[in-house]
Amino acid sequence: MLAGEGTSAEQLAMRLVVGMAEVAGAAALIPIARAHVDGCLYHGQVSVDFARVLAEGGGRVRVPTTLNVGIIDLLHPELFRGSPEVAAAGREMMRHYRAMGCRQTWTCAPYQLADRPTLGEQVAWAESNAIVFCNSVLGARTERYGDFMDIAAAITGCVPETGLHTTNGRRARVVVRVHGVPAAVMSRDIFFATLGHVVGRRVGSAIPAITGVEVATEDQLKALGAAAASAGAVAMFHMVGVTPEAPTLGAVLGGLAPERTIDFGPRDLAEAIAELSSNVSPVLGAVSIGTPHFSLAEFEQLRVLLAGRGVSDRIEFFVSTGRDVLREVDARGWGPELRQQGVQVVTDTCTYLTPILSGRPGAVMTNSAKWAWYAPGNLGYQVAFGTLEECVESAVRGVVWRDVALWDALGA
Amino acid sequence: MTSVRRVLHPGTATGDVLVLTEPLSFWGGVNERDGTIIDVHHPQLGAVIAGRVLVMPSGRGSSSSSSVLAEVIRAGVGPAAIVLGDADPIMVVGATVAAALYGTAVPIVVLPPDEYAAICRAERVHVSTDGGAAWADKVDR
Repeated sequence: MLAGEGTSAEQLAMRLVVGMAEVAGAAALIPIARAHVDGCLYHGQVSVDFARVLAEGGGRVRVPTTLNVGIIDLLHPELFRGSPEVAAAGREMMRHYRAMGCRQTWTCAPYQLADRPTLGEQVAWAESNAIVFCNSVLGARTERYGDFMDIAAAITGCVPETGLHTTNGRRARVVVRVHGVPAAVMSRDIFFATLGHVVGRRVGSAIPAITGVEVATEDQLKALGAAAASAGAVAMFHMVGVTPEAPTLGAVLGGLAPERTIDFGPRDLAEAIAELSSNVSPVLGAVSIGTPHFSLAEFEQLRVLLAGRGVSDRIEFFVSTGRDVLREVDARGWGPELRQQGVQVVTDTCTYLTPILSGRPGAVMTNSAKWAWYAPGNLGYQVAFGTLEECVESAVRGVVWRDVALWDALGA
Repeated sequence: MTSVRRVLHPGTATGDVLVLTEPLSFWGGVNERDGTIIDVHHPQLGAVIAGRVLVMPSGRGSSSSSSVLAEVIRAGVGPAAIVLGDADPIMVVGATVAAALYGTAVPIVVLPPDEYAAICRAERVHVSTDGGAAWADKVDR
């Protein structure tokens, strides 16, 4: 392809793949089984120009390819509060990626789709939370593919054999020892999100092996990974005894001593929760959950926590999710009930990327460390970071509510 | 860390040095219209990267940073050059796309620790990749 063969899009795609191989010092290119593309999000004129150049230059994906979020909720376009120009550019991009043969999944949680990568499979995934989940929880192998590289890999069907694609590149270098956290706290979403945040801050781009956590759901690991990937550059973690490539600490360290050992206790947890909360008063404007996209299991928890009650009319309540999950929610008949209770479901995009919240006075509450980390800079909101239970209870009361028992357990 | 200088993306540029003491995620961290650092957690919050030789330990954060780098280059408010302590593919991809679409080549080089430390102390630097070798030299104002 590089030597003048193939379409102009294939040549540009191959130039990016080969360029990356050179940066990484990779000796070979290896085939991938599938790809997940994040480049479909409108980031400005470059993202539109690049998509157009590829689509019009004969770019077609060679492997099954899913799409990350775009800037518009195509199912609920009325939610978008940005300019018509941005909406039009966002739609144009989404069209180009469809034309290249990508599946219209529009989700940052492609691991929630029925057909997902399996242990040991080589793939090219983009979107930091999807990358870390793919490597850590699914045990499929992807490097950190960013915009442009993701579609380049999908078009060429290959990637450099380097880093997390290789067995050696998946060994843990750092150990994170969790201890002293009360069991009642360790079963909560906020524990995993906050642990992920601290891991990201402390390990940077290294692969940590987390010990001292015995059980975790996929949603909890999702929250951990998303936080670690946004506060740091974590593309993979091992949780000893939990994730598929971590039967023992010795196995994930590959028989070597760790470069560093980090301790994580109740005090680290309380400090990080405080760091992620920027609200100065309990005045609440909105609740935003589903970053990364809400799963079916999380919708089930939400229904239980709402217990038939409605959201206060003083606030807005948004849940971001994928359209495939929403279809399941609606198939169970939950959708109409949730909407009636004041829950607005956002698909195809995310509330921290695009203007959807109306900006009512007061803080925005979330259980997502990733949302809490990015929203103050992206959108200028004050954030109250808490558990899903705190988010729901606050939404019903219309004011930030704190779970005193949880904070007492933390000694904060 | 590298023990030799490396070229990650070719180009030639001269500019005043802007040292970032922590890695920066371009996505969520840089204003695309004027090149200002907007990451509220970053020590260099408020600094402007436009036209500067950006010196930073490594990349960080979201995989969307390639786009933001290409966007600031297109808008003419990107860094003149990037000097890293550790190789970062996300920066390279952004620079490659900007060069392919708009013809603006922003050099990216990686320096070994001693040379990286020396560049951090420089006021103005000339970065070039002539003949495939990385150069980052102090120049007078």
